[in-house]
Amino acid sequence: MPSILVVEDSPTMRQLITFAMKRIANARVIEATDGVDALKKLSSEKVDLILADINMPVMDGLKLVSLVKNNQSYKDIPVIIVTTEGAKEDKDRAMAIGADAYLAKPIQTQELIRLVNSFIGS
Amino acid sequence: MENEQGVTRKMDDFLEIFRKGEEFTKDLLKENEKLRFRIAQLEEEARKSAGEEKIRTYEERISQLQEEVNALTERFRKVTEENKDFASKYVEVEEINNALANLYVASYQLHSTLDFDEVLRIIIEIVINLIGAEVFAVLLMDEKTNDIVPVSSEGVALEMVPKARIGEGIIGSVAREGESYFAADISGVGDVARGEPIVCIPLKIKEHVIGAIAIFSLLTQKEGFTNVDYELFNLLAGHAATAIFSAKLYTQSERKLTTIQSFLELLKEKPRK
Repeated sequence: MPSILVVEDSPTMRQLITFAMKRIANARVIEATDGVDALKKLSSEKVDLILADINMPVMDGLKLVSLVKNNQSYKDIPVIIVTTEGAKEDKDRAMAIGADAYLAKPIQTQELIRLVNSFIGS
Repeated sequence: MENEQGVTRKMDDFLEIFRKGEEFTKDLLKENEKLRFRIAQLEEEARKSAGEEKIRTYEERISQLQEEVNALTERFRKVTEENKDFASKYVEVEEINNALANLYVASYQLHSTLDFDEVLRIIIEIVINLIGAEVFAVLLMDEKTNDIVPVSSEGVALEMVPKARIGEGIIGSVAREGESYFAADISGVGDVARGEPIVCIPLKIKEHVIGAIAIFSLLTQKEGFTNVDYELFNLLAGHAATAIFSAKLYTQSERKLTTIQSFLELLKEKPRK
């Protein structure tokens, strides 16, 4: 059963992404409201994939990606950035830090599901 | 002498019988040969006839199989057509599913609270995340002044958004008519200072307009509106309005309740004195 950590401060987006992830067979969704909350969840739960927003309070998505990719225990977990920042330089910056994929909002559910499936092989 | 002649005659008779026997035997052998030949002929004919029968059977079978192949080819063509049809329907269903998920989440979130500020925050979230707007404002009707006053904004400071008078300008007209406004070129940027958005959605409870959402620009990656966006606009027009209205009423009633409770407390305290 793949576990997907959704890191998003907006309850609307969190619910929408969780809704979409429920359509992936057997996927278990863990929710976090910011980067710090995500790190707490990572230390206590087995996570197979992270979906993270960039603009979040306390700790943003880019900082989270950087910490995850520089941690021996988490570095192999794929991270997909889901953000309103759609400019090419934003994407390049996130990919340079170590993000595995980048999806600009507003998201198409099918596209998100396809992308997630390409990483967790469901 | 007579005996010798008798023996000779008998021998001749015997030889004659033997010759006849020989001829008879030869005739029998010839007849036998003819019969064998005839049997061989008949066997050949029978064999030939059986081959023709088989060929006929095979031809019939081939014909049947050909018909089956044709039927299967036709069926395959129909199934391929159906598959294409199903594939396009699947895409349609996926789009509808996507739209329903968006509408469900938006509606669920809008009615998840009675806190006015929370409702405004949710409207902002929906407009950013689900519609893809970058600069926009939520304006509400001030019934005392009949102005539409900005109460929340994103991408621009609230004080930069001017209030609008009913019937004046794009926002004022939308508030008066209750009809959404879409600029001819939504990829452009509206003028915040002049109150000229590229999209303006009235917030309505039935036909009563209580405010508007004015969008001045979309996110760079948002190239245009899809059907689900228009559905979201419709949903916002109705549900955001009722959510705002309910939250306002609730806040007012809470305030009144607090006042009444304080008053009752005062009344209870008086007799003691």
